[in-house]
Amino acid sequence: MRVSVQVEAFHLGAEAEGFAQANNSAGAIVTFTGIVRDAPQGGLVAMEIEHYPGMTLKALNEIAQTAMERWSLADALVIHRYGRLAPGEQIMMVATAARHRKDAFVAAEYLMDYLKSRAPFWKKEILNDGGAGWVAARDEDEDALTRW
Amino acid sequence: MEVLYFAWVRERIGLPRERVETRAITVADLVAELCSREDRYAAAFADLSAIRVALDQELSDFDAPLQGVREVAFFPPMTGG
Repeated sequence: MRVSVQVEAFHLGAEAEGFAQANNSAGAIVTFTGIVRDAPQGGLVAMEIEHYPGMTLKALNEIAQTAMERWSLADALVIHRYGRLAPGEQIMMVATAARHRKDAFVAAEYLMDYLKSRAPFWKKEILNDGGAGWVAARDEDEDALTRW
Repeated sequence: MEVLYFAWVRERIGLPRERVETRAITVADLVAELCSREDRYAAAFADLSAIRVALDQELSDFDAPLQGVREVAFFPPMTGG
Protein backbone atom coordinates (compact mmCIF):
# COMPACT_ATOMS: atom_id res chain seq x y z
CA MET A 1 0.00 0.00 0.00
CA ARG A 2 1.32 3.42 -0.91
CA VAL A 3 -0.11 6.87 -0.28
CA SER A 4 1.48 10.02 -1.70
CA VAL A 5 0.53 13.69 -1.31
CA GLN A 6 2.60 15.74 -3.73
CA VAL A 7 2.91 18.90 -5.80
CA GLU A 8 4.62 17.16 -8.72
CA ALA A 9 2.73 15.71 -11.65
CA PHE A 10 2.67 11.92 -11.80
CA HIS A 11 2.97 9.75 -14.88
CA LEU A 12 -0.28 7.79 -15.07
CA GLY A 13 1.10 5.14 -17.43
CA ALA A 14 4.23 4.55 -15.37
CA GLU A 15 2.29 4.41 -12.10
CA ALA A 16 -0.30 2.01 -13.50
CA GLU A 17 2.35 -0.18 -15.09
CA GLY A 18 4.48 -0.24 -11.94
CA PHE A 19 1.43 -1.13 -9.84
CA ALA A 20 0.42 -3.89 -12.25
CA GLN A 21 3.95 -5.35 -12.33
CA ALA A 22 4.20 -5.30 -8.55
CA ASN A 23 0.88 -7.13 -8.29
CA ASN A 24 1.02 -9.50 -11.23
CA SER A 25 -0.38 -12.36 -9.19
CA ALA A 26 -3.40 -10.39 -7.94
CA GLY A 27 -5.83 -11.27 -10.76
CA ALA A 28 -7.58 -7.88 -11.04
CA ILE A 29 -6.37 -4.30 -11.12
CA VAL A 30 -8.53 -1.18 -11.30
CA THR A 31 -7.25 2.38 -11.68
CA PHE A 32 -9.12 5.67 -11.53
CA THR A 33 -7.72 9.10 -12.42
CA GLY A 34 -9.23 12.50 -11.64
CA ILE A 35 -8.59 15.36 -14.09
CA VAL A 36 -9.01 19.13 -13.62
CA ARG A 37 -12.10 20.07 -15.65
CA ASP A 38 -13.37 23.50 -16.67
CA ALA A 39 -15.60 25.47 -14.28
CA PRO A 40 -19.37 25.01 -14.83
CA GLN A 41 -19.57 28.51 -16.35
CA GLY A 42 -16.30 28.03 -18.29
CA GLY A 43 -13.14 30.14 -18.17
CA LEU A 44 -11.11 28.12 -15.69
CA VAL A 45 -7.48 29.25 -15.61
CA ALA A 46 -6.31 27.10 -12.71
CA MET A 47 -7.44 24.96 -9.83
CA GLU A 48 -5.68 25.69 -6.54
CA ILE A 49 -5.73 22.77 -4.16
CA GLU A 50 -5.05 23.44 -0.49
CA HIS A 51 -4.58 20.72 2.10
CA TYR A 52 -3.89 20.21 5.79
CA PRO A 53 -0.37 18.79 5.81
CA GLY A 54 -0.47 17.31 9.30
CA MET A 55 -3.73 15.48 8.69
CA THR A 56 -3.75 14.55 5.00
CA LEU A 57 -1.38 11.56 5.01
CA LYS A 58 -2.92 10.24 8.19
CA ALA A 59 -6.45 10.45 6.76
CA LEU A 60 -5.44 8.90 3.42
CA ASN A 61 -3.57 6.06 5.14
CA GLU A 62 -6.59 5.28 7.31
CA ILE A 63 -8.91 5.28 4.30
CA ALA A 64 -6.57 3.05 2.27
CA GLN A 65 -5.96 0.69 5.18
CA THR A 66 -9.71 0.26 5.68
CA ALA A 67 -10.14 -0.58 2.00
CA MET A 68 -7.22 -3.06 2.13
CA GLU A 69 -8.83 -4.96 4.99
CA ARG A 70 -12.47 -4.75 3.94
CA TRP A 71 -11.92 -6.09 0.40
CA SER A 72 -8.84 -8.20 1.15
CA LEU A 73 -6.83 -6.21 -1.37
CA ALA A 74 -3.40 -7.35 -2.44
CA ASP A 75 -2.38 -3.70 -2.75
CA ALA A 76 -3.68 -0.13 -2.99
CA LEU A 77 -2.19 3.09 -4.31
CA VAL A 78 -3.39 6.66 -3.69
CA ILE A 79 -1.69 9.72 -5.21
CA HIS A 80 -3.21 13.16 -4.59
CA ARG A 81 -1.67 16.44 -5.75
CA TYR A 82 -1.98 19.90 -4.26
CA GLY A 83 -0.95 23.38 -5.37
CA ARG A 84 -1.86 25.14 -8.61
CA LEU A 85 -3.06 22.89 -11.44
CA ALA A 86 -4.11 23.78 -14.99
CA PRO A 87 -7.24 22.41 -16.73
CA GLY A 88 -6.53 18.94 -18.10
CA GLU A 89 -3.89 18.11 -15.51
CA GLN A 90 -4.22 14.99 -13.40
CA ILE A 91 -5.24 15.74 -9.81
CA MET A 92 -5.17 12.29 -8.31
CA MET A 93 -5.29 8.58 -8.95
CA VAL A 94 -6.17 5.43 -7.07
CA ALA A 95 -5.29 1.87 -7.96
CA THR A 96 -6.49 -1.34 -6.33
CA ALA A 97 -5.34 -4.92 -6.75
CA ALA A 98 -7.54 -7.82 -5.72
CA ARG A 99 -8.10 -11.46 -6.53
CA HIS A 100 -11.34 -10.66 -8.41
CA ARG A 101 -12.51 -7.61 -10.34
CA LYS A 102 -15.55 -6.86 -8.19
CA ASP A 103 -13.49 -6.25 -5.06
CA ALA A 104 -11.03 -4.13 -7.05
CA PHE A 105 -13.80 -1.95 -8.54
CA VAL A 106 -15.76 -1.57 -5.30
CA ALA A 107 -12.65 -0.78 -3.25
CA ALA A 108 -11.65 1.90 -5.81
CA GLU A 109 -15.10 3.47 -5.50
CA TYR A 110 -14.85 3.39 -1.74
CA LEU A 111 -11.46 5.11 -1.90
CA MET A 112 -12.88 7.79 -4.19
CA ASP A 113 -15.97 8.42 -2.06
CA TYR A 114 -13.87 8.82 1.08
CA LEU A 115 -11.19 10.90 -0.64
CA LYS A 116 -13.86 13.35 -1.73
CA SER A 117 -15.39 13.97 1.67
CA ARG A 118 -12.96 12.80 4.36
CA ALA A 119 -9.52 13.78 3.13
CA PRO A 120 -8.61 17.40 4.03
CA PHE A 121 -8.33 18.96 0.57
CA TRP A 122 -10.09 22.10 -0.67
CA LYS A 123 -10.33 23.27 -4.27
CA LYS A 124 -10.45 26.86 -5.46
CA GLU A 125 -11.33 27.74 -9.06
CA ILE A 126 -9.38 30.64 -10.58
CA LEU A 127 -11.24 32.16 -13.53
CA ASN A 128 -10.05 34.19 -16.52
CA ASP A 129 -12.31 37.15 -15.60
CA GLY A 130 -10.31 37.67 -12.42
CA GLY A 131 -12.86 35.88 -10.27
CA ALA A 132 -12.18 32.98 -7.95
CA GLY A 133 -14.30 30.74 -5.79
CA TRP A 134 -14.05 27.77 -3.48
CA VAL A 135 -15.67 24.62 -4.81
CA ALA A 136 -18.58 23.78 -2.49
CA ALA A 137 -18.97 20.26 -1.18
CA ARG A 138 -21.97 18.56 -2.76
CA ASP A 139 -24.64 16.86 -0.67
CA GLU A 140 -24.51 13.84 -2.96
CA ASP A 141 -20.82 13.36 -2.13
CA GLU A 142 -21.63 13.27 1.58
CA ASP A 143 -24.65 11.02 0.90
CA ALA A 144 -22.39 8.64 -1.03
CA LEU A 145 -20.69 7.69 2.24
CA THR A 146 -23.89 6.27 3.72
CA ARG A 147 -23.80 3.30 1.36
CA TRP A 148 -20.59 2.08 2.97
CA MET B 1 -3.12 25.55 21.76
CA GLU B 2 -2.52 25.99 18.05
CA VAL B 3 -5.59 26.95 16.04
CA LEU B 4 -5.46 26.39 12.26
CA TYR B 5 -7.76 27.68 9.53
CA PHE B 6 -8.13 26.42 5.96
CA ALA B 7 -9.74 27.52 2.68
CA TRP B 8 -12.38 30.28 3.04
CA VAL B 9 -12.27 30.08 6.83
CA ARG B 10 -8.58 31.06 6.58
CA GLU B 11 -9.40 33.84 4.11
CA ARG B 12 -12.17 35.33 6.26
CA ILE B 13 -10.10 35.27 9.43
CA GLY B 14 -7.04 36.48 7.56
CA LEU B 15 -4.42 34.09 8.89
CA PRO B 16 -3.57 30.38 8.54
CA ARG B 17 -2.78 29.65 12.19
CA GLU B 18 -2.37 31.27 15.57
CA ARG B 19 -1.58 30.38 19.14
CA VAL B 20 -4.59 30.82 21.43
CA GLU B 21 -4.53 30.79 25.22
CA THR B 22 -7.96 29.71 26.34
CA ARG B 23 -9.87 28.04 29.13
CA ALA B 24 -12.66 27.00 26.78
CA ILE B 25 -14.11 23.63 27.80
CA THR B 26 -15.47 22.61 24.39
CA VAL B 27 -14.91 23.51 20.75
CA ALA B 28 -18.17 25.50 20.80
CA ASP B 29 -16.84 27.52 23.77
CA LEU B 30 -13.65 28.26 21.83
CA VAL B 31 -15.66 29.41 18.81
CA ALA B 32 -17.76 31.70 21.01
CA GLU B 33 -14.62 33.12 22.57
CA LEU B 34 -13.04 33.80 19.16
CA CYS B 35 -16.25 35.37 17.83
CA SER B 36 -16.42 37.77 20.77
CA ARG B 37 -12.88 38.96 19.96
CA GLU B 38 -13.31 40.45 16.51
CA ASP B 39 -15.86 40.70 13.73
CA ARG B 40 -13.78 38.68 11.28
CA TYR B 41 -14.14 35.62 13.51
CA ALA B 42 -17.88 36.17 13.84
CA ALA B 43 -18.05 36.44 10.03
CA ALA B 44 -16.10 33.22 9.54
CA PHE B 45 -18.11 31.27 12.12
CA ALA B 46 -21.53 32.75 11.25
CA ASP B 47 -22.85 29.41 9.97
CA LEU B 48 -21.38 26.51 11.91
CA SER B 49 -23.20 23.98 9.73
CA ALA B 50 -20.76 25.02 6.98
CA ILE B 51 -17.68 24.36 9.12
CA ARG B 52 -15.91 21.18 10.17
CA VAL B 53 -13.47 20.81 13.03
CA ALA B 54 -10.50 18.51 13.62
CA LEU B 55 -8.86 17.97 17.01
CA ASP B 56 -5.25 16.84 16.84
CA GLN B 57 -5.84 16.02 13.17
CA GLU B 58 -8.91 13.80 13.69
CA LEU B 59 -12.37 14.93 12.60
CA SER B 60 -14.47 15.85 15.62
CA ASP B 61 -17.49 18.00 16.48
CA PHE B 62 -18.38 21.21 18.25
CA ASP B 63 -19.46 19.50 21.48
CA ALA B 64 -16.10 17.80 21.92
CA PRO B 65 -13.99 18.68 24.98
CA LEU B 66 -10.69 20.48 24.45
CA GLN B 67 -8.86 19.05 27.44
CA GLY B 68 -5.45 17.78 26.36
CA VAL B 69 -5.92 18.95 22.77
CA ARG B 70 -2.88 20.63 21.22
CA GLU B 71 -4.15 21.47 17.73
CA VAL B 72 -7.61 22.59 16.62
CA ALA B 73 -8.39 23.09 12.93
CA PHE B 74 -11.44 24.74 11.37
CA PHE B 75 -12.31 24.32 7.69
CA PRO B 76 -15.19 23.98 5.21
CA PRO B 77 -16.47 20.54 4.15
CA MET B 78 -13.65 18.82 2.27
CA THR B 79 -13.54 18.66 -1.52
CA GLY B 80 -10.83 16.19 -2.43
CA GLY B 81 -10.70 13.75 -5.30
